[in-house]
Amino acid sequence: MAEYDRKTIEELIDGTIAFHKLKEMLSNFKDPGRFDTYLAILQDRVPWKDRILLPYGLHLYIVQKPNGDRVVKCDCGHEFGDYRENWKLNALIYVRDTEEKMAELYPKLMAPDPSWQVIREYYCPSCAAQLEVEAVTPWYPVIHDFEPDIDAFYNEWLGRPVPEPSAP
Amino acid sequence: MAELRQEERQVRQTRRPIGENGKTLREMREEIDRLTAETGHYAGLTTLPFKESDPIRYEKIFAKLRGGVVHARETAKRIAASPIVEQEGELCFTVYTPEGDSIVTSTGIIIHVGTMGAAIKYMIRQNYEENPGIEPGDIFCNNDCQIGNVHPCDVHTIVPIFWEGECVGWVGGVTHVIDTGATGPGSMTVGPVTRYDDGYQVACRKIGRNDTLLKDWLIESQRSVRTTKYWLLDERTRVAGCHMIRDLVLDVIAEEGVDTWRQFMREVIEEGRRGLINRIRAMTIPGRYRQVAFVDVPYRHSDVEVPPYAKVDTIMHAPSTITIRPDGQWELNFDGASRWGWHSYNATPVSFTSGIWVMMTQTLIPHDRVNDGAYFASKFYLPKGSWMNPDDIRTAHSYAWHFLVSGWSPLWRGLSRAYFARGYLEEVNAGNANTSNWLQGGGFNQYNEIHAINSFEAAAEGTGASAVKDGLDHAAAIWNPEGDMGDMEIWELAEPLLYLGRRIKPNTGGYGKYRGGCGYETLRMVWGAKDWTMFFMGNGYMVSDCGLMGGYPAAAGYRFEAHGTDLKERFEKRLPFPQGSDPDPDDPAYEKNLNAKVIKRDKQAITTEAIFENYDLYVNYLRGGPGFGDPLERRPEQIEADLNGGYLLPRFAEKVYGAVFTRDEKGTYHVDAAKTEERRRQIRQERLRRGRPVKEWMAEERQRILAKEASVQVRHMFAGSFALSPRFLAEFRSFWNLPEDWIVREEELEVPTFGTRLKLS
Repeated sequence: MAEYDRKTIEELIDGTIAFHKLKEMLSNFKDPGRFDTYLAILQDRVPWKDRILLPYGLHLYIVQKPNGDRVVKCDCGHEFGDYRENWKLNALIYVRDTEEKMAELYPKLMAPDPSWQVIREYYCPSCAAQLEVEAVTPWYPVIHDFEPDIDAFYNEWLGRPVPEPSAP
Repeated sequence: MAELRQEERQVRQTRRPIGENGKTLREMREEIDRLTAETGHYAGLTTLPFKESDPIRYEKIFAKLRGGVVHARETAKRIAASPIVEQEGELCFTVYTPEGDSIVTSTGIIIHVGTMGAAIKYMIRQNYEENPGIEPGDIFCNNDCQIGNVHPCDVHTIVPIFWEGECVGWVGGVTHVIDTGATGPGSMTVGPVTRYDDGYQVACRKIGRNDTLLKDWLIESQRSVRTTKYWLLDERTRVAGCHMIRDLVLDVIAEEGVDTWRQFMREVIEEGRRGLINRIRAMTIPGRYRQVAFVDVPYRHSDVEVPPYAKVDTIMHAPSTITIRPDGQWELNFDGASRWGWHSYNATPVSFTSGIWVMMTQTLIPHDRVNDGAYFASKFYLPKGSWMNPDDIRTAHSYAWHFLVSGWSPLWRGLSRAYFARGYLEEVNAGNANTSNWLQGGGFNQYNEIHAINSFEAAAEGTGASAVKDGLDHAAAIWNPEGDMGDMEIWELAEPLLYLGRRIKPNTGGYGKYRGGCGYETLRMVWGAKDWTMFFMGNGYMVSDCGLMGGYPAAAGYRFEAHGTDLKERFEKRLPFPQGSDPDPDDPAYEKNLNAKVIKRDKQAITTEAIFENYDLYVNYLRGGPGFGDPLERRPEQIEADLNGGYLLPRFAEKVYGAVFTRDEKGTYHVDAAKTEERRRQIRQERLRRGRPVKEWMAEERQRILAKEASVQVRHMFAGSFALSPRFLAEFRSFWNLPEDWIVREEELEVPTFGTRLKLS
């Protein structure tokens, strides 16, 4: 079974991994220890103490608060609320729904026509990172992308309980 | 006493059931389904005694079979003359159980791992064993979508494999033929709105006996399509491959014994089922993943000549929910999908469920155990009456891929969220390109032969970005993992179209921390053609993909065609003429060296046949892939490489990436990292200024919904989805806090509603 050291996974996260190593990783069996190495690196990198239960997206994590609450949190520290709710509803949005707004992104004729489709950009209200983009029709409900079953993942797949809130 | 029907009496005088131990194939099929349903394991195999007791022998048999089918594909494709098969590898061979479940498949267009199985199952259900009979040496053909196909141009040859009088399996071969005799030329023509326009349809027909194609079949099929030479050689390709593989299976049985073969073929399917579950558990997170895709059907335009009831602008809607259960099984639910329509982009359930695997072999199951096992580990919900499960036999399917490649693209995003959470960043993929444009047409070619063309340059689109690196430029298409753009010299031989350019298309890959792969474009000039037509097929008003985690979608498509040009004169006078690409449509390049009576440069990227004379021009623009992550995090050296490589126009390096750069006297760009960081800080401040709380924006959007303010095509899409799914309607009302009686119906849109009430099933 494959196994990678912390440095290799750090290179992967940073996008600096050499192509031949990446190719080998893609072709090889998956390393079951990846999640723990990955989590440890991410935990060391964030500027706050809450325990990361699950990386949720680029800059986003589901973390456990000391009182046991699970919230979606940006690496800048901004909290978007309960992990079962759609974090986007607590973000900032910018909708590109005119030709002028589309023209900032694409050359003429190469953008979606706003009477068919709009582009919605979701920003973190604190650090302004663009966390997600939706290309949807007008009227489309905000998509709740991912609802992980964290308890089943830890208990049944990793074979260990979800860490206790009091754990450091 | 059992009483036989009259026709059975006739048959039973001379014929015995052809299945195992005197059973009919139908009885065997029923038994497999019962055992699988009862135990949750394929064919009731709760253990794998052969694999577990003699793993080396088991693997040897698999390796022999897999090597054999791949070898047969490589050998057989050399028989073909069509560049679609010979250059692009648009063919595939699969071995099936006697009941029609796939055991092992070759490389190539793997979508057909299940479609030919559906045709075999249809023949079993229809009791072909009795009439027309299934005998050693028989050859069957199918391309009927409603029986088991993606679109009519994928023609199947299916051959039973017998051992001492018993049917012990089947082998199927499929090639993508260049023309099917549809209303317009080209394999995936635009224009059909019903199956009666879709071309020659062969419904599981016996076309050969004693390994020989029947004369009446040869005559009829040759008279039914435009490209007879290609049709004939494609068929010989399929027959040769099937016979090579049949011989291989017989050799395996001779060496290993028929009992071993029977056990092996069932265990390998159960192993495929378990393999998918293991991969899901190893690489994903249990839970629910939601995503959505759209693509445009712009049929009201005057350049789309279809019957009046089909002149409707609408949008394909494919919402999907992937549910990964704690036991590792998964469900793919497309509830809310829009209704089928009067266009040729409808899909059948088997094309959908079978086609998923061509995608999964590129991500979740990247190995050679691709068979029906994965299907048995999956649950699909494809709503009846939707575009992926039409409730009317009249539907057309010639370019089902317009919807399929669009509808599947979000599945990458769902899976990628799981890979990202697990740390398998190398597997993340923001999605697949819309695999267009399709340059198609026909008439008399440069050799004065009736001809049809379908340029498979579309087999090399930009791919989606990952969480580690950019997508590949002009590299692949979702439907053929081994895609290739083909050699220009070969296309010029196959098509009466000269190349005036073939270049990277800047800004086509979706922006991001890692960008999507860029597409490319070719400028073709009609040369040596007579009575010639061509048309466009691709997305234009919409993008069918989307970025992931802050990345943007790829660019949308557009068309460029020029008629009545002055190129002849320009060549004679040695004046400049259009060459290369059309890098920036804000500053059209071709028109600077061209006069033409008609130039069409617009977003109508789907058209029906238009007449093209020699010296007319056509741009074939192949799309890019979507991006990953916030573009403001892209490394300055990558932006510099994009600028210098022609992948990015300078003003978008400034606007989208916040890059600050200079250009030296040699024309080389240099990005200033420090100034770029400062500019990015400003852009982030601009985002905070222009961004609004989502709930505040929702209140305004709700008012627009209450007032029904949206284009007809948007309302038409929602009306179709609401009519099919009360759940989708209820969730929509709930999300926007709408009154309980709020709805949009097709009837209120003042567009034709043929097919909404009366069906032909």
